[in-house]
Amino acid sequence: MRRAALGAAILAAFFLSGCGEAPQVTVYKQGKYQGKPDTQPWSNAPLAYGDATWNKGDRASWETQINKRAMGQNEDNRIYRQ
Amino acid sequence: MARMKFLCDAERCIECNGCVTACKNENEVPWGVNRRRVVTINDGVVGAEKSISVACMHCSDAPCMAVCPVDCFYKTADGVVLHDKDLCIGCGYCFYACPFGAPQFPQAGAFGLRGKMDKCTFCAGGPEADRTDAEFKKYGRNRLAEGKLPACAEMCSTKALLGGDGDVIADIYRERVLRRGKGSEVWGWGTAYGPGKAGAQPPAGGKS
Repeated sequence: MRRAALGAAILAAFFLSGCGEAPQVTVYKQGKYQGKPDTQPWSNAPLAYGDATWNKGDRASWETQINKRAMGQNEDNRIYRQ
Repeated sequence: MARMKFLCDAERCIECNGCVTACKNENEVPWGVNRRRVVTINDGVVGAEKSISVACMHCSDAPCMAVCPVDCFYKTADGVVLHDKDLCIGCGYCFYACPFGAPQFPQAGAFGLRGKMDKCTFCAGGPEADRTDAEFKKYGRNRLAEGKLPACAEMCSTKALLGGDGDVIADIYRERVLRRGKGSEVWGWGTAYGPGKAGAQPPAGGKS
């Protein structure tokens, strides 16, 4: 009985391991993503021209800039909220 | 945390291929390689024709990353799937694995020799230093590092193609769908031809 329960537990663990989910949060370590070198977009200063503004190295301010830019695609802002 | 995504509104896409042209122009993509394509179903069938602009969808659990034998793919902190052309061997496994046909292979030399894989980078460049010539030559323009979004989405004339943080573009799309209603109101049959046609609805609120 005990052996059967143990066997069932091992089998369950084996089959359930297929239901696991790979981690989706990427980690940036020593200038690399998963071993491939890359720089992060917010580690650059904004261009000298244009209206993009963020603080170099500050991810939150870069995301604010990108989201502001994304809202430029919302023509409802232009049509209904003037 | 931003997670970059594309969203294409099939009710708005008019198959102008402007996104394809913008991508090719912005990234100077060679002949034979289309990082973005417009796919049309029911072509020519009145009322049933739909078009959608397709490129790399920057999957959260990307099958190309899973099958690559040399592990040349990586995912950035903002959810963009990129690859290192110095590692790519041009085997084509990613092309078989991708449900969208995103990976492209240039005819790089004589006798139809297949080059290294090229795909949409969400205008985020690649492993080379940002905004350099080396990066541009291999991967195209790095617009994210300039505080901009992909050229295809930003220049879409009907704003069918949206690009950016998934949460933000989902909000734009949700607001649009709530406002435009359903049926022929969506694309304005009533405005263009007036009521009276079988199946047509009169314009709601004077506009549709």
